[in-house]
Amino acid sequence: MSATASAPVTAISMTVNGKEHSAEVEPRTLLVHFLRDALGLTGTHIGCDTSSCGACVVHLDGDPVKSCTVLAVQADGASITTIEGLAGEDGSLHPVQEGFWEKHGLQCGYCTPGMIMTGAALLERNPHPTEEQIRHELEGNLCRCTGYQNIVRAIQFAAEQSS
Amino acid sequence: MYPEQFEYQRPSSVSEAIGLLTANPDAKIIAGGHSLLPAMKMRLAAPAALVDIARIPELKGISASGDGATIGAGATYRELMDDAALAAAYPVVAETCDKVGDPAVRSRGTLGGSLAHVDPAADLTAVMLALGASVTATGPNGARTIGIDDLFVGLLTTTLEPDEIITSISLPASSAGTKQAYEKHSHPASGYAVAGVAVALQVDGTTCTSARIGVTGAPEYAMRATAAEDALVGKELTAETIAAAAEKATEGLGELNGDVYASAEYRAHLVKVLTRRALTRAAL
Repeated sequence: MSATASAPVTAISMTVNGKEHSAEVEPRTLLVHFLRDALGLTGTHIGCDTSSCGACVVHLDGDPVKSCTVLAVQADGASITTIEGLAGEDGSLHPVQEGFWEKHGLQCGYCTPGMIMTGAALLERNPHPTEEQIRHELEGNLCRCTGYQNIVRAIQFAAEQSS
Repeated sequence: MYPEQFEYQRPSSVSEAIGLLTANPDAKIIAGGHSLLPAMKMRLAAPAALVDIARIPELKGISASGDGATIGAGATYRELMDDAALAAAYPVVAETCDKVGDPAVRSRGTLGGSLAHVDPAADLTAVMLALGASVTATGPNGARTIGIDDLFVGLLTTTLEPDEIITSISLPASSAGTKQAYEKHSHPASGYAVAGVAVALQVDGTTCTSARIGVTGAPEYAMRATAAEDALVGKELTAETIAAAAEKATEGLGELNGDVYASAEYRAHLVKVLTRRALTRAAL
């Protein structure tokens, strides 16, 4: 994505994982590219790049979004949380991360950041979802290893931690 | 994938946004962007400028009661799902939003965007037809009201002018508290409606006094199934009258969509089945 002389740029700033960042970006820069290429936060993955697979899910002002389908300029002024920002400052894992560890919720790991971010957003809205609700909320996240059983168990484990 | 270059503008009011659209015929409106950005990334659309209306305060807010509802065009699917008063009077809206895309899509997509884009496989288009909604559109010459029956006219085509913006959507008192349901056959990969049917029925005792049925996915654009509606009005709502009405659900829809996943013939079958299911769940 090399900028040409005439390429318009827009100044943006956003809080990512609690840290303020300012930059000038081409308006066409996708949020996922900004996070990965400008900020070096490569935990957010690019899977399908067509808003189908959910590997790029991050939280925008608390809501899960597919960062391949949000422009960085649209996130100007927002607060973003990526997988890197989910654990506590002391390194203590988020309950959903803990669940993926305990229940072997990953195989190749490619979908995992998006799965965890979607699972964490679900538990924010609904701390004690049924299995059916978990599966419904994961409809936008694909695991090509097809490891869904343990992903669901991982989120159930996390839900049980907050009784 | 990334789109072609464009200029990005973020006006703070509707009038400022209209000024930008009027000044640049190659500009496009973006709200949630979940139809436009994928099209731009695929290079199917390359607007010279994007006018971002997502944060304009006038486009936000939902007020609903048994006397009607007014919904800011910028309301996201999630906001529609979370509004308790809207859910009490028009439960089919939240029910349908929960069937749109996935949680990340519901965070971004907006009602106004869905109605202005009129994707043939959108969900809320059928629901707004069933509820008898109207939209307020504002352009350089002021605001006007467009009944939902006069909004959709073709594939991805509405009666909106290029420099008009849907600012709000109104739902009438007459459809508050009606018997409502939305039934959908989702495409297994995309989640879009292969066919979807929304119904809103008024009843007196068990007699249907008014019926509105919106169909999406199968026709070229969301349309009402008026023959099925006519078959219900004045009738006792029973399994038999519902089945008879559902058989008429494809009348007047024109040539139906067909693709590698679902032929036009299969979609016609789906429309009838989904109409029967929606009517049954709403009424019985």
